[in-house]
Amino acid sequence: MLLIECPYCGPRAEIEFSYGGEAHIDRPGPEVSEEEWASFLYLRENTKGVLAERWRHAHGCGRFFNALRDTRTDEFKAFYEMGEKRPDAEKKEGEGA
Amino acid sequence: MQKFSAFSLARQALGRHLGWTPQWRSVAPKPSYDAIIVGGGGHGLGTAYYLAKQHGLRNIAVVEKGWLAGGNTARNTTIIRSNYLFEQSSSYYEHALKLWETLSEELNYNVMFSQRGCLMIAHTVHDVQVFKRHVYANRLNGIDNEWMTPEEAKAFCPPLNISPNIRYPVLGASLQRRAGTARHDAVAWGFARAASDMGVDIIENCEVTGIDRDAAGNVTGVQTTRGPIRSKKVGVSAAGHSSVVLGMAGIRLPLQVNPLQALVSEPVKPAFPCVVMSNTIHAYISQSDKGEMVIGAGTDSYVSYTQRGGMHVPAHTLEAICELVPDFRRLRMLRSWGGITDNTPDRSPITAKTSVPGLYVNCGWGTGGFKATPGAANLFAWTIARDEPHPINAPFTIERFRDGALIDEAAAAAVAH
Ligand SMILES: Cc1cc2nc3c(=O)[nH]c(=O)nc-3n(C[C@H](O)[C@H](O)[C@H](O)COP(=O)(O)OP(=O)(O)OC[C@H]3O[C@@H](n4cnc5c(N)ncnc54)[C@H](O)[C@@H]3O)c2cc1C
Ligand SMILES: [Zn+2]
Repeated sequence: MLLIECPYCGPRAEIEFSYGGEAHIDRPGPEVSEEEWASFLYLRENTKGVLAERWRHAHGCGRFFNALRDTRTDEFKAFYEMGEKRPDAEKKEGEGA
Repeated sequence: MQKFSAFSLARQALGRHLGWTPQWRSVAPKPSYDAIIVGGGGHGLGTAYYLAKQHGLRNIAVVEKGWLAGGNTARNTTIIRSNYLFEQSSSYYEHALKLWETLSEELNYNVMFSQRGCLMIAHTVHDVQVFKRHVYANRLNGIDNEWMTPEEAKAFCPPLNISPNIRYPVLGASLQRRAGTARHDAVAWGFARAASDMGVDIIENCEVTGIDRDAAGNVTGVQTTRGPIRSKKVGVSAAGHSSVVLGMAGIRLPLQVNPLQALVSEPVKPAFPCVVMSNTIHAYISQSDKGEMVIGAGTDSYVSYTQRGGMHVPAHTLEAICELVPDFRRLRMLRSWGGITDNTPDRSPITAKTSVPGLYVNCGWGTGGFKATPGAANLFAWTIARDEPHPINAPFTIERFRDGALIDEAAAAAVAH
């Protein structure tokens, strides 16, 4: 089970959280092409490496936040609040997939 | 190829079994092939087999980064059924089921296909409605499926607890009698042996690291850890690594990978006559010929390439199973493991051409593609050989997500199987 650090409550067991999928996705406006709309709806990063993702502390404070996690090891690299930029730290490692 | 029969077994027994030869040739890659299949799981090996058998291609390589069928083929709980909701899916899965019925003979290899029936248990009013809808839809499509009361389900599978007082009571079940299980390794080995015999090169420990293209964008071959290999046709059947491999050609796939776990008990005498599945409690159970109870758990929620997941996921399944099948409370679990499942947003697969000429993909089988192995291999081979899909796999494109033509089996396959 993952140990997840809620920025508001601290480290808690994974069963307290629900997964929110890829972070930092902007909803496009109605003017975009079908390809862009389809990619907003259905294409997600499936990175083998460092992935930016959302979690929600569903059985705690109820708030959403972001995390960086290496999908090859499941090791978390960072936890940060919604609206914050992706911490650049491990960018290099995230490449390759 | 040594043919397997009672006669050859007797003859080898007289020779103290020292005369058996390897079942497939171990070879180094040649500089070029007519077609390269990336991924030596059941789907990839089967694709090479049907390319050679039905489409006259013989100069084919299957390149596998690890050992033969060490991916999801080796990790799955081997449930085979075709009772999917939509016409497109049921005809795809039924195509596979029909091939399963004759596969052992076709390959001269016992794949231990056992049509012991698959009971899908309904625990809520919604389950009952959905499963009945499936029964009706399947029958309209000519696929066997029937509704059973709790008493009928118990008569078919006596270990079931149908007490109305348990947390997830049995309100009924659907039964596909032609469904069942097969031996996962045997399927891969049988296809490998038969393909190798027709000249297909099976190359293990050879990871594809790049896809080569010419100035016009056409595929010209692959880069591998054992050097470059040329080919104008490359078919990718890499399951959990499909996004990684297609990413080498700049293609993004509508896939997310999640760990899916399974576990087996110590072997016991025959005690469980059929396959039992429950979407609501995320469980599916059958007994292997060795005697182990084979139990599949739910999917871990997050994207991961590790072949493991959290213990709370199988624990949840086991708690419910102990109530549903009280006899199992005294069983000890021997092993647990995980696989990386490649899931599409509509939980239906992709078997199609890509936007890159000469590059084909068969993926998105997620938590339920073992049952499709011969069918997907057969249709993928057709698609590669003819450069166009067979009518059965024609709807299973990448573009269906852009066009809104989803084949939404998520309701049927919300649980992994
Ligand atoms: C726990 C679990 C239970 C399941 N239960 C069922 C079930 O009951 N019924 C059912 O129908 N399905 C089930 N499934 C799903 C099923 O296992 C898969 O859909 C199916 O086996 C996929 O077959 P495959 O041959 O495509 O994949 P795999 O066997 O995974 O083969 C893909 C191969 O590609 C290779 N590869 C990847 N990248 C590269 C590269 N760059 N170069 C070379 N080779 C590469 C991999 O090493 C791998 O061997 C289950 C899956 C899991 C994990
Ligand atoms: Zn919190």
